[in-house]
Amino acid sequence: MAPGDLERVLKTLPADPWAAGRLLTSSGRNEDASIVRIPAGKALVQTVDFFTPIVNDPYKFGQIAAANALSDVYAMGGDPWCAMNIVCFPAKSLDITVLAAILAGGADKTAEAGAALAGGHSVEDPEVKFGLAVTGIITPDAFADNGSLRPDDQLVVTKALGTGLLATAIKGRRSGHQELEDILYRSAARLNAAPGRVIRSLGIKAATDITGFGLGGHLLEMLDASDLAAVIHAGRLAMLPYALQLAAEGFLPGGSHANRMHRQNDYNADSTDALLTDIIFDAQTSGGIILAVPPAQVNEVLARLRDDGEIADVIGEVLPHVPGKPRLTILP
Amino acid sequence: MKQIDARGLSCPQPVLLVKKAMASGENDSIEVLVDSAVAVENISRVASSLGWDVAATPKEDEVQLQLVQK
Repeated sequence: MAPGDLERVLKTLPADPWAAGRLLTSSGRNEDASIVRIPAGKALVQTVDFFTPIVNDPYKFGQIAAANALSDVYAMGGDPWCAMNIVCFPAKSLDITVLAAILAGGADKTAEAGAALAGGHSVEDPEVKFGLAVTGIITPDAFADNGSLRPDDQLVVTKALGTGLLATAIKGRRSGHQELEDILYRSAARLNAAPGRVIRSLGIKAATDITGFGLGGHLLEMLDASDLAAVIHAGRLAMLPYALQLAAEGFLPGGSHANRMHRQNDYNADSTDALLTDIIFDAQTSGGIILAVPPAQVNEVLARLRDDGEIADVIGEVLPHVPGKPRLTILP
Repeated sequence: MKQIDARGLSCPQPVLLVKKAMASGENDSIEVLVDSAVAVENISRVASSLGWDVAATPKEDEVQLQLVQK
């Protein structure tokens, strides 16, 4: 992108409240890279994610893309520490104020997460894309991963499902798309900070965030990694308003169909409404967290999450795997 | 009978064309030509939820869908 354009946009960004003391280089001096101070005794958790807009408002898109990228750090039990912008933008055909709004949304969400913006990279591209490379800090012997499920763990899920359905209906400008955009924004722009705190403070061993493979796909990744099985109850899942209706109207995105078909030998949902199974495999953007919680800690986990305003429910439990049987059973 | 050629369209466009044809009230039978499994799945869902029968006939790289109002 033209250097003048980028400079003008970066000047409009708010001051970074987390830069002082953490960034040893100044963003105003055009350095080649950032030097970041990290606390002694911590490990780094690193992740990157970026994608095309799923809402029409550029500021909201920036917030959603940032919340989505930060989520991977929370899912491991980490604290976001610093982040770098990744931007693709058609500067020749789209007004530069759109880029300023996207970056402002990202910067506001990054600041809310307590991470310093350490820089970024931009590319001229016919299609808008935005996201972050995020670095978090984590205690080396206390993090959650896919492979540490245990039999009897209770599966707690945060946020409501259905962002893929709503995003497809918004893209198709279905009637009521402005209301759908508001619903999608409120869910997808919300940070997964509260589940992250629960993972850290209560020592949860297994967790993951629900994104492109849907709840079913990400849960199956945990079951594969831990060589266990699970039963979940579709009726206990929180769904975004209109999600079920949009599934019946045929708004399930291609990626969500592919998620379900890819895993058709790994789940059994014979007694469950096909539309609910569709939603269980709907590709999520900035979805919630799956936490595997020992039975004795379930009440404490639910209370803490709900006190922080999260939607949180026990949707099922982990079982031993019987070889030859599907790992995931979806009951009504 | 209304005919819709939805080949080459990305989701959700095929579904939107079918919904529009159903909602017009002028067609009790619609023939749709699609070239993706996703379009077949999604059109089948909207048709059955609105009370239409669906019959799918695969043809090389395409699928012809016959939708008939019950």
